[in-house]
Amino acid sequence: MTLTTEAPAQETPDAGGIPSFQVTLRLRRFNPESDTEARWEDHTLTMHGTDRVLDALHKIKWEYDGSLTFRRSCAHGICGSDAMRINGRNRLACKTLLKDLPLDKPISVEPIKGLAVLKDLVVDMEPFYEAYKSIMPFLVTSGNDPSRERRQSPEERERFDDTTKCILCAACTTSCPVYWSDGQYFGPQAIVGAHRFIFDSRDEGSEERLEILNDREGVWRCRTTFNCTDACPRGIEVTKAIQEVKQALLFRRV
Amino acid sequence: MTATTIAAPRTPRRSRGRTNTELYAWLFMRISGVLLMVLVFGHLFVNLMIGDGINALDFAFVAGKWADPFWQIWDLLMLWLAMIHGTNGLRTIINDYAERDQLRMWLKVGLYTATAITIVLGTLVIFTFDPCPAEAAADLLPSFCPAP
Repeated sequence: MTLTTEAPAQETPDAGGIPSFQVTLRLRRFNPESDTEARWEDHTLTMHGTDRVLDALHKIKWEYDGSLTFRRSCAHGICGSDAMRINGRNRLACKTLLKDLPLDKPISVEPIKGLAVLKDLVVDMEPFYEAYKSIMPFLVTSGNDPSRERRQSPEERERFDDTTKCILCAACTTSCPVYWSDGQYFGPQAIVGAHRFIFDSRDEGSEERLEILNDREGVWRCRTTFNCTDACPRGIEVTKAIQEVKQALLFRRV
Repeated sequence: MTATTIAAPRTPRRSRGRTNTELYAWLFMRISGVLLMVLVFGHLFVNLMIGDGINALDFAFVAGKWADPFWQIWDLLMLWLAMIHGTNGLRTIINDYAERDQLRMWLKVGLYTATAITIVLGTLVIFTFDPCPAEAAADLLPSFCPAP
């Protein structure tokens, strides 16, 4: 309703009214200072059709239990801070509408798997960042600095466009069964990060990045289960990117 | 050249021996998988569908097949590819799920031993198979055996 000059349309008493409903959130809580093990905790709230899981978490934290700990920054699906396991699937709490989830059962909210839980929904992201760093996520060039920008055609840009969308939320890496069972694996996100530079026409470090990913714990540990592609809140075709890196390694054609 | 040597920032890291083992293992799985589809379904078709089908299967049938170099090579390929394909698959599962180094090693030792025994034994049988054992009843033997 942005056009205020027009005569109001047939206003029903409910127009603009947002439906509200009861929802139970089943949170996985862990306090390192008092708990030896994580425990489940239920909260039943009245929420609205426009609310996201993050709003429910806020409501709990702000109105019921201030000790609930989780990460979030922008709250609009850009910063990638609030990836969590909602109803058994990795999603961003700020992009998951409550009304899209089955409300007759409690909605489970857990920290992402495969990384050590620090408190409640906060995990230690360091191993994840470590894997990202190891694939050299920066432009590698040789020679003198050019006096103008490094030109690239739209087609050359298109080649790696998909993997530039990554927000490092770790939803993909922590949905990967190989990553769960063996933390040595680079994980899908690091491979996506490498893909973004390997297929960049301006970059000259591809050979070395490919060599890093050719490692025992590199792309060959991928089992093509597509969990990462399902999990990605940005819709990146992660498994496809991994397959493209495998192909590049196989044919050494980048 | 003493400790003062500092590698240039972009010197490629080549400290760990670079191998393509995992690449070849991965590639082998794809190629052997495709070959095994042909070999296994070919095997099933020839043994179970052609002629009398399953009823034709007896000692003479197998002995007759293994007297032919074509089927010797066919079965040998099937044996080797299937064994190595399966072993490599189990190796990756062990790598994925066995977390303790000791357990990992022993599982793999067991796996490789079983594979080696099966491959050696199978190969031996294919090449040293005697289609006309001397003391066998004549009606069980393939037709090309000399009459006792």
